[in-house]
Amino acid sequence: MKTALLGALLWLVVAPILGGLLAGADRILSARLQGRVGPPLLQPFYDVLKLWDKRGGVVNRFQNFYMLAFFAFVLVSGALFFAGGDLLLVIFALTVAGVMLALGAWSTNSPYSHVGAERELLQMMAYEPMFLLMAVGMYLVGRSFHVGVLARAEVPLVLALPGVFLGFLFVLTIKLRKSPFDLSASHHAHQEIVRGITTEYSGRGLALFEVAHWYENVLLLGFVWLFFSFNPALGIVAALVVYFLEVFVDNAYARLTWRTTVRATWAAAALLGVSNLILFQYFAR
Amino acid sequence: MIPMAFFKKSPWLLHYDASSCNGCDIEVLACLTPIYDVERFGVINTGNPKHADILLITGAVNAQNEEVVRNLYAQMADPKVVVAAGACALSGGVFQDSYNVLGGVDRVIPVDVYVPGCATRPEAIIDGVVQALAVLERKAAEMKRRGAPEQPEKPA
Repeated sequence: MKTALLGALLWLVVAPILGGLLAGADRILSARLQGRVGPPLLQPFYDVLKLWDKRGGVVNRFQNFYMLAFFAFVLVSGALFFAGGDLLLVIFALTVAGVMLALGAWSTNSPYSHVGAERELLQMMAYEPMFLLMAVGMYLVGRSFHVGVLARAEVPLVLALPGVFLGFLFVLTIKLRKSPFDLSASHHAHQEIVRGITTEYSGRGLALFEVAHWYENVLLLGFVWLFFSFNPALGIVAALVVYFLEVFVDNAYARLTWRTTVRATWAAAALLGVSNLILFQYFAR
Repeated sequence: MIPMAFFKKSPWLLHYDASSCNGCDIEVLACLTPIYDVERFGVINTGNPKHADILLITGAVNAQNEEVVRNLYAQMADPKVVVAAGACALSGGVFQDSYNVLGGVDRVIPVDVYVPGCATRPEAIIDGVVQALAVLERKAAEMKRRGAPEQPEKPA
C-alpha cells in the first residue's frame, strides 16, 4: 500500500519533468537529423510557461473543461499504473482521456478541430486492439492484470511476448503522436489541418495539453519498461532506445491516411499480437 | 519567478502572405532552414493564429485579403505583436498604385516592427523578430499590470 502510494506520488511529481526533458531531447534530435542545431533542452518548459502567461481565449465554456478532464484522466491512468494497479483500468482510463480530448475538439466550431477529433477516434480504433492484446498477453504470462505483480514476473515478459512487444511499438507511434501516424495532431504545426485537435486551444488550455502529453509519453514508456521489468536498468535503457527510435521514424516518414493507419495497425495486431498469443499458449502447455 | 521572461524564449510565429510576390516568403522560410535555424531561439512557425505570438506579414494588403488580415489578428491571443516584412508590407511597394491595393499592413492593423527590403533578407527578418520580442515583453508586462488590452472589434 505504501509503495503503491509512493509510486503514484512519484509519477505525479517526476513524470512532467521527465516528459518535458524527453520532449526537449526529441526536438534537439529532430533538428540534428535535419542538419540543424535545434532549440535548448528546456525549450518545452519555456513554451509551456509562456502559454501559461498568455491570455487564452476560449470558444465556449466547455472547451477548457474537457481539456482539464483529459489532463485528469491521463493523471489517473498513470497513477494507477505506477501504483501497480490494474492494467486494464490503466488502458481504459487512457481511452477515456482520449475521448475527452476529442469531445473538447468537437465542442468548438472549427472544421479543423472537428477533423482532428474524428481522426483521434479513428486512431483510438487503430491502437486499442493492440493495447488490449498486450494486456491479455501479459495476463497469460504473469497470471495477473496487476502491474505490481507483472513487474515481478519470473518470466521476462519481452521474451515470452516478442510479437506483442513489436506490435505495441507499432501502435506506440500513434500514441506518441509521431509520423507516419500523427493524423489528429502532430508536434509539427504546419500541416493540412492547421493543428488538428488543438486548433481552437490557446493559452492555458494548450499548456495543459502539452503537459498532459508529457505525462502520457512517460506512461507509454512505462509500458515499454514493463516488458523488461525483470531487469529495471535494462528496462529504462529499452524505454529510451524505443523513444529515440520513434523520433527517428517521425523524421523519416510522411503522414499516412487514416485508412492505411487502421489497416496497418490491425494487421500488426493480428500478425504480431494474436500469433504470439497462440504460439505462447501452444508452447506453454 | 522571473515574470514574463518566457515570451522572449518561445516566440511562436504566424506567417501570412498578404499579396507578396513570394520573394519575401521564400526568405521567411529560409530562416527555418539549417543555415539560419531560428528554432535555436525557440521560434516555431505555427500556421495557427490561436497559438501564435508574432504575426509576420509579407506583401501589400489588398481589398480581397483585408478581412483575412483583420481576422487573423483578432484571433491571436494577447500579448501579440505584428511584424511587417518587405517593402510591400511597409507601404504597398511597387504595387501601391494598383487599383485594389490598400497599401501597407498598417492601414489595416497596428504594426509594431517594420522590416525593409525587397526582398527582405533573412538576417533582417530575424533582426525584426528579435526587436518584436522586446515589444512583446513590454506588452506582456503592461498586460500583467493592468489587465489585457481591448480587443479590436470583430470583422463583420
